[in-house]
Amino acid sequence: MLSLLILVPLIGIVILNLSARAPARRLAFWFALLIFISQILLAACRHPVLWNVEMKQIDTFFKVSLSMDQISFIMLLCIGIVSIASLLVARHTIYDEKELFKFVNLLIITSIGMNGIVLVKDIFTLYIFLEITALASFVLIALEKDRNAIEGSFKYLILSAIATIMLLTSIALLFMVSGSTSFEAIRQALNLANNNIILFAIGLFVCGLAIKGGLVPFHAWVPDAYSSAPAAVSVLLGGIVTKTVGIYTLIRLLIAVFGFDPSLKTILLALGALSIVFGALAAIGQNDMKRMLAYSSISQVGYIILGFGCGTFLGIAGAIFHIFNHSIFKSLLFVNSAAVETRLGTTDMNKMGGLSSKMPITGTTSVIGMLSAAGVPPLAGFWSKLMIIVALWQSGSKTYSFIAIMASVITLAYLLIMQRKVFFGKLSIENENIDEARIGISTASIMLAVIIIGSGVFFPLVFNKFIAPIQELIIR
Amino acid sequence: MISHISINTLLLLVMLIAVLWTVMGRSLLKATIGLALTSAVVTILMFRLNSPLAAVFELSVCTGLITVVFVSTISLTKPLTNKEIVELSKERNKRFGYLPILLIVISIALTFIRIRNNIIIPPVTTPELDVRRVMWDMRQLDMLGQIIVVIIGALGVVILFEERRRDEW
Repeated sequence: MLSLLILVPLIGIVILNLSARAPARRLAFWFALLIFISQILLAACRHPVLWNVEMKQIDTFFKVSLSMDQISFIMLLCIGIVSIASLLVARHTIYDEKELFKFVNLLIITSIGMNGIVLVKDIFTLYIFLEITALASFVLIALEKDRNAIEGSFKYLILSAIATIMLLTSIALLFMVSGSTSFEAIRQALNLANNNIILFAIGLFVCGLAIKGGLVPFHAWVPDAYSSAPAAVSVLLGGIVTKTVGIYTLIRLLIAVFGFDPSLKTILLALGALSIVFGALAAIGQNDMKRMLAYSSISQVGYIILGFGCGTFLGIAGAIFHIFNHSIFKSLLFVNSAAVETRLGTTDMNKMGGLSSKMPITGTTSVIGMLSAAGVPPLAGFWSKLMIIVALWQSGSKTYSFIAIMASVITLAYLLIMQRKVFFGKLSIENENIDEARIGISTASIMLAVIIIGSGVFFPLVFNKFIAPIQELIIR
Repeated sequence: MISHISINTLLLLVMLIAVLWTVMGRSLLKATIGLALTSAVVTILMFRLNSPLAAVFELSVCTGLITVVFVSTISLTKPLTNKEIVELSKERNKRFGYLPILLIVISIALTFIRIRNNIIIPPVTTPELDVRRVMWDMRQLDMLGQIIVVIIGALGVVILFEERRRDEW
């Protein structure tokens, strides 16, 4: 069953590209929508009957360690939701049918890459899927082919190449130590051997993933890539790609392979706090909406790393839940930015103001996204931040707990600045004739806003069904 | 008689020269050939170090396929004039002229530094395995991943360079 999450989209792409005529191009959008909806339904219902369906021929072919656990379900859910939002935005922002077809192809390949990252249990196969996702992202960022897009893509390419060198060197060293590339074999070998080479390999891997995840001080590519990419790509990148490629992979490897070392915890906590503070302070000074959201992403990723750095169940659970929440509220804010960009033709916040009277759906959903990002109850973002802060306090990291609370106030401040500049205040004369965003973009906004409210209001249900089972993995 | 180590050192030197030629060269096409030459030398080194599987991949993917993709991409781009090439070359030499010296210094330093050998080297099993068995029975998912990477490469070339040729910008 698991191999279908990679095979079905791949076969679909091949078939659609064999006949890239107009009907096939139109079909591509609906095919992508169908596979993403199926992925969401499968991940949300988590019924063992569905996931344990045996497909002998296919499963025999794919006997390389694909497996699911509680974290994988959450990640598959995020990938499906954000991909749908990105797809809906693309339909109304990429006007040329051929260009949309190319985007859909790359979006599906990116989702294959991310699904692979979530499902594999082999470090070299993981590296291949990381590269698949990164390569598709380079092309997606440069899709509009203007100077800024090419520059953003090139920066990402160069820094990602450096990260790749680190990851490959680390994999080679780990292979030398363990004689295998499977997670389990490496974990067992690391338990037996403990030397400087291993520490060096783990350090390289963590640095490589920190670059891919855009953590401070490895964040240089993030603002340019997010802000220069087409609107639909920003939703995808800001919502899920960097979180899966960098942060999820880091969490997965530390839980399943490397284990928690006290010095590693200290480094993670420091990196997390640095990212939170730097991202939040840098976001305040931005005039470009997408750039502000990019810096906000750096800050929010810091929360995830801070929670994870605690090493306790509550901290790790908070980090995983914050990955989910961040995927949703950041995607929503990027969708709102796309809505504004399609109507005004700019993301410069100085040229906006009073838009909520003309774009009520975009304005309202943006307030929901903002409040969740700032951690205001009872929205979903509040619960994950609360879990992280309590975990920090309980584990004795009271200073970091204080930093997290203060940064939350700064988050609220810069997002309020964004709201005031974009949606509140007086409407300028040149913007008097604008309308609400097209139906697809509004649908994406409403869908994401409903998820934020739903997972916040029904938090006990979400916690019991999705978050609490993570404990089994950590204890094991 | 030249020992194994001398041959490997010689190959490494050839590889360094090829790498420098790739990075410092004036023409994109020549840089691509330099890269292919680098991969070819790496392939020989891998064969000599008893890693036939890695060598086969290096030869087929890096030396063959990637070179073809690069050459196709270059053929779709607008060639620079001689004047532009000379200007760019001067600029590049000014910015990266220290690279060969740095490379030589690092190589000499690494030659004289002895790293403490405390790594557990696993028993070498790869030569006993058939290449086809490893590729199709043990690493199928990696093979599929490689195929997807090739698809992205092809899509990337089509998307990013197709219109450039038409518009010549």
